Amino acid sequence: MAIEVRIPTILRTYTSGAKSVEGSGGTLDELFSDLNKQYDGLRERLVDDSGLRRFVNVYLNDEDVRFLGGLAAQVHDGDTVTVLPAVAGGAG
Amino acid sequence: MLTISPELRAKIIAHARADHPDEACGVIAGPAGSDRPERFIPMLNAERSPTFYRFDSMEQLRVWREMDDRDEEPVVIYHSHTATEAYPSRTDVSYASEPGAHYVLVSTRDPDTEEFRSFRILDGVVTEEDVTVTPE
Repeated sequence: MAIEVRIPTILRTYTSGAKSVEGSGGTLDELFSDLNKQYDGLRERLVDDSGLRRFVNVYLNDEDVRFLGGLAAQVHDGDTVTVLPAVAGGAG
Repeated sequence: MLTISPELRAKIIAHARADHPDEACGVIAGPAGSDRPERFIPMLNAERSPTFYRFDSMEQLRVWREMDDRDEEPVVIYHSHTATEAYPSRTDVSYASEPGAHYVLVSTRDPDTEEFRSFRILDGVVTEEDVTVTPE
């Protein structure tokens, strides 16, 4: 089983520069744990105590996983998961 | 140093003025590795706030995929401050997630004064840089 995970520039230090890696799992939660075994420390950049980190966008194919159950979202062979840190900020 | 055309600089300022008193935000894409800002992409501020901005998550996916398809990267990420100086706040620094980008700040606090400044933000450190305005 292979799920492609696209890694943003800022997290490529965990994947030795790879823009795209592969993992397995039935849910996003399992997939991130699997990736963490291969790329130590990566999961903590994506997940905190309350679930998916608020300012990290994760997409399953063309949808934001916030609308698919977050970490419980089901993933399947051939899916593509894309990670993009939110672009945000402001004076306040 | 940020090198930018007068047209693109003017577009950023115009966007900021138009969205005042909300913060405006956007990207200028350029060929990957070139450090040349070329393609102006104003973004929706999903927060619609005078003190906070965030790219809409689906719009960001579309724009990032499009840049990837065109072999581009975000050369400039800009946003405006509407009541404070054009300098990255602690929030700006903690969310800066494109290490290769020039972070442009514009302030619209004074309708008669232009404040347009550029910064690199790497590992939590802000470094202001010169802005060279030059036609292509």
